[in-house]
Amino acid sequence: MANFEPTIIAFVCNWCTYTAADLAGTARLGYPANVRLIRVMCTGMVDPKYVIKALLEGADAVLVSGCHPGDCHYINGNFKARRRIKLLKEILPQFGFGEERLRLTWIGASDGIQFAETIHSMVAQIKTLGPNEAKATMVI
Amino acid sequence: MKTAKINVNDGDLLTTLRDFFRSILQLEDISAILVPQHLPATNVVMPTLVTDPEQLNGTDPLAPVFPLNAAKIVSRLTRKPMGAKVAVVLRPCEIRAFVELVKLKQGRIEEVLLVGIDCLGAFKNGDYIQIAGKKEAEFTSSFYKDALSGKKLTFEGFDLAPACKACENPIPDGADILIGLFGVDTNNQLLIQARTPKGETLYETLDLSDTEEPPERPAVVESLVAERTAYRDKMFAETAEATNSLEKLNIYFAECVNCYNCRVACPVCYCKECVFVTDVFNHDPVQYLRWANRKGVIKMPTDTVFYHLTRMAHMSTSCVGCGQCTNACPNDIPVMELFRTVSYHTQNAFEYEAGRSIEDDLPLSVFREDELAEVVGIGNHCNL
Ligand code: FES
Repeated sequence: MANFEPTIIAFVCNWCTYTAADLAGTARLGYPANVRLIRVMCTGMVDPKYVIKALLEGADAVLVSGCHPGDCHYINGNFKARRRIKLLKEILPQFGFGEERLRLTWIGASDGIQFAETIHSMVAQIKTLGPNEAKATMVI
Repeated sequence: MKTAKINVNDGDLLTTLRDFFRSILQLEDISAILVPQHLPATNVVMPTLVTDPEQLNGTDPLAPVFPLNAAKIVSRLTRKPMGAKVAVVLRPCEIRAFVELVKLKQGRIEEVLLVGIDCLGAFKNGDYIQIAGKKEAEFTSSFYKDALSGKKLTFEGFDLAPACKACENPIPDGADILIGLFGVDTNNQLLIQARTPKGETLYETLDLSDTEEPPERPAVVESLVAERTAYRDKMFAETAEATNSLEKLNIYFAECVNCYNCRVACPVCYCKECVFVTDVFNHDPVQYLRWANRKGVIKMPTDTVFYHLTRMAHMSTSCVGCGQCTNACPNDIPVMELFRTVSYHTQNAFEYEAGRSIEDDLPLSVFREDELAEVVGIGNHCNL
């Protein structure tokens, strides 16, 4: 387990968290390479099946991250996303996916530091949790 | 609540019901009635849309079967204004599914009058066909007599569908007009109750004589609901235990052939075109090879568990537990058990109950700004 390097799929909104990740980069703040960013226009367009697919394909965790309440560039996409994440957090743990494997955060465009910290903490958490069962199982 | 009794001769409920439906259909305001009826020369019971009062002789809403959830039919009938009023005779789970469809903008309540009958439950479709054989009418009467006298409902080794045994909603609470059987002396009487203003208007025109609800009815209903709830909770516990890891979930769905019948049969699977039958899932042939290469083996067809989990994300907050998914499964996977178990969690999470009220917003169609703080953040930092 010591060598376990988790894969985290992060759906980040173009306007806030993606910009924060960019800022972290330009500010030369290091963050673990375990995260794969997928830029979406808004967290409100993250279909639950994107999350399900990522986890079934063996991602060790999924992060959905966008603008703070009130800052969503499509007014309320992030509030809708929050309900969808709540829904998934009810469904997925019933089948053994730990709740910690799905996270939702608000990280604003200027929060480069917060972005880097979030990724650090998530990687540390998932390392303790161990790999997602889906990676080893033949998912049918 | 306006309540009346209508007389039954010799416990012959079907004749009484047919007469009652005929009196509804003869009202000026009602153009047609949708009611389950035996199809000529078969033992099959299907919803029929009747405009001629003489065509109600095969009516059999007490047959212990419903080959489909008729909410889907009512949705078809009410998709656009038709300029006429239709009375629809439905089971409680069909009414609740219709309520969900109305909220999903796939049906309109304005032109229907919901007539609900206390539900005695049903057999699985396949089981019913085998039991009823050729003598269906007598089977219905022996069935409801047994059901109402509290006898065990097993026929030739067949038992009621698990969906019905786990159903804690045997009373059609959402109906405009309720026809009551439980706690009623059904050898002599049926209960008619107007539960909404719409129902009351109709009630007034029917020339019924008011009475009180029989005092024993609440207790009878309560004990039935308690029995069903106990069965349901046991089913939830067993199903959760059988699926609490991905490995077990794989085993649960091992026989699934991706026919998608469960979503076709589901009254609340609301997508007009399911994404799983579109080109999105018609993967590039080389993609299969890539997937296979990664682990050395993949099961074909692919996307089975993916489909079921996605379906849960779509329909679970609206699931009414009618069990038509299980009826539709060619390989007898207990899908209702799982979908209901998940739905129970998701509906609780949003303090929502599918079909309870036309007023409650669908959980995924609304949001509040100050809610669900607990789902945001990564756990160890308060502000992250
Ligand atoms: S635009 Fe960033 S969450 Fe909607």
